[in-house]
Amino acid sequence: MSQLTTPAAATPAAAVPVASARTVKRPGRSRRSPAKSLLLHGTLILASLIALGPIVWVLLSSFKPGYAVQSSDMSLVKDPTLANYSYVLFDTNFPKWLLNSVIVAAFTMLIGIFFSATTGYAVSRFNFPGRRPLMMTFLITQMFPAAILIVPIYTIMARFGLINTLPALIIAYLTIAVPFCAWMLKGYFDSIPTSLDEAAALDGCGPFAIFWRVVLPLARPAIAVTAFYTFLTAWGEVMYASAFIQTDNKFTLAYGLQQFVPQFNPQWEYLTAAAVLVTVPAGVVFMIAQRHLVSGLTAGGTKG
Amino acid sequence: MTTVTADPAPPTPPSGRSARPSRLRRSWEKHWYAWAMVLPVVIVLAVLIFYPLVRGIWISLTNLTEANQAAEICTRSITGGEVCAENPNKWEFIGLDNYVNVLSGNVGDFWQWTAITLIWTLGCVVFHYGLGLGLAVMLNRPMWGRGLYRVLLVLPWAVPAFVSAFAWKFIFNERFGLANSLLTSLGIDPVDWFANQWTSLFTAIVTNIWLGVPFMMVALLGGMQTIPGELYEAAEIDGASAWQRFRNITLPGLRPVSMTVILLGTIWTFNMFPIIFLVTEGQPAGETEILVTGAFRAAFEGIRNYSLASTYGVLILSILLVFSMFYRRALRKQGEVW
Repeated sequence: MSQLTTPAAATPAAAVPVASARTVKRPGRSRRSPAKSLLLHGTLILASLIALGPIVWVLLSSFKPGYAVQSSDMSLVKDPTLANYSYVLFDTNFPKWLLNSVIVAAFTMLIGIFFSATTGYAVSRFNFPGRRPLMMTFLITQMFPAAILIVPIYTIMARFGLINTLPALIIAYLTIAVPFCAWMLKGYFDSIPTSLDEAAALDGCGPFAIFWRVVLPLARPAIAVTAFYTFLTAWGEVMYASAFIQTDNKFTLAYGLQQFVPQFNPQWEYLTAAAVLVTVPAGVVFMIAQRHLVSGLTAGGTKG
Repeated sequence: MTTVTADPAPPTPPSGRSARPSRLRRSWEKHWYAWAMVLPVVIVLAVLIFYPLVRGIWISLTNLTEANQAAEICTRSITGGEVCAENPNKWEFIGLDNYVNVLSGNVGDFWQWTAITLIWTLGCVVFHYGLGLGLAVMLNRPMWGRGLYRVLLVLPWAVPAFVSAFAWKFIFNERFGLANSLLTSLGIDPVDWFANQWTSLFTAIVTNIWLGVPFMMVALLGGMQTIPGELYEAAEIDGASAWQRFRNITLPGLRPVSMTVILLGTIWTFNMFPIIFLVTEGQPAGETEILVTGAFRAAFEGIRNYSLASTYGVLILSILLVFSMFYRRALRKQGEVW
């Protein structure tokens, strides 16, 4: 359709060759002067250090005993110990919280991918009545100050008997993640030529089969980003968890680990260990998805 | 749609009366799978976003709090039975009183919080976009170690927000924080970061910039890859400098992506709750509260004031709606984006 005529709507499949072709065709650009090269790498190394610094610092601190964490005398390693970890792992309800978090994050991810993909596809391919209002609604959901309107949401959850259950969290996280992901996926679907759909339709595929067998497999990078985003939304969220979950055995990891540290006079050494333990699974998901991040995240899409 | 199912009339020649149902039916037949695909999302959003919103607007016109929410007050008598009487101080409709109280400054610090929110949002978004764009341009060039840089630079995104908040609070701790020990080693006096409004806000903004740059960078990098390479080749043949290529090809090519991420970034930062709440905690003396955190404290500390919370919620949503309307109008002049 009209997407094919616009040059900006390069297909994702074509976008990659274009990028690599650029590197081959224009050797002039990669032959930069040593000074420029130094500046480029210097800046990037500095930026990487800043990006990595806080993470590494917390990681190093998590192996220090309490007195060394809270001392003004800085050292990278001091009396390394696993005591902080053993406290967090064995003196709290950690395994249970981990399980809860995995359940919540996994379901948020799976349901989130499915709903964002179907919605994104419908919005991208069909010009149905209500399409534009739906897109606007997605934007408005992002403006929703949940911290403040949490009480009406709580009331609804209570009415459905969902308070202190994990599905309450899954549903709440879906409302955060799905609108953005649907929007993002719509942008990616827009970049997949509709001629493919038409060809599949000629072969006798129904609308859903086209979506499921033709478009979805082509959108794998965008699906990977959606998976990453939905997982992370569910994994690190604390506010809804603190509102909807009341008993210790239903805590998610993020909320549970925040709980056992008193609000005043925080025990930094346990917090550092807890922070590392929360971050590791998120980091694993990130490592799986990161290959696709750039090509998959089509914020703004190719056209409206 | 009920008309369609209730009236399964065969396709008779269209009379004036049946024209409407048949149009509905044709629309239904044409679009039912599109609607079916979006239906689950629409239902969930309607129940969990739209309904709370409508209810929030209604509650903001009442004086509902935790203390007066019960319709009846029940007291246990000596015999063990319960005696219930109607609550004399039951919550009621009070019109726009909440809005008057908030906007006139009787309750909370609306204007002060709004000012801080604007500084916070502007500071964060400018640096998010600027740094994100700069890094994306650098990463878009072929060079040694590009993949590694990309992974490292995106890493902050993978860290849950409350963990980053905690990590930076730890770094800015006045006694044993990394920031102060770096300053000391440079011969500068350590700073009590959270004792001054501006240094305190600075810590929060630094945290949020660190947190938000990866998203911008990745989104812009993705946008750059859709710009056809031939444009750059043609420009190079014409002798355009690197700056001219950036200015005349990269920036215009990124326009749709930029417009979206700036809008989203502004909305997200405006409502960014955990960073201010956990890093500065409003210190000193509530001077670094932004609207969401200030409202949260005003409404939920002590006796929970639901009506006040809703009032703030409606005000915040209105500000953002007005902002995005103007933003959209400004964009329309330069061509449609979404």
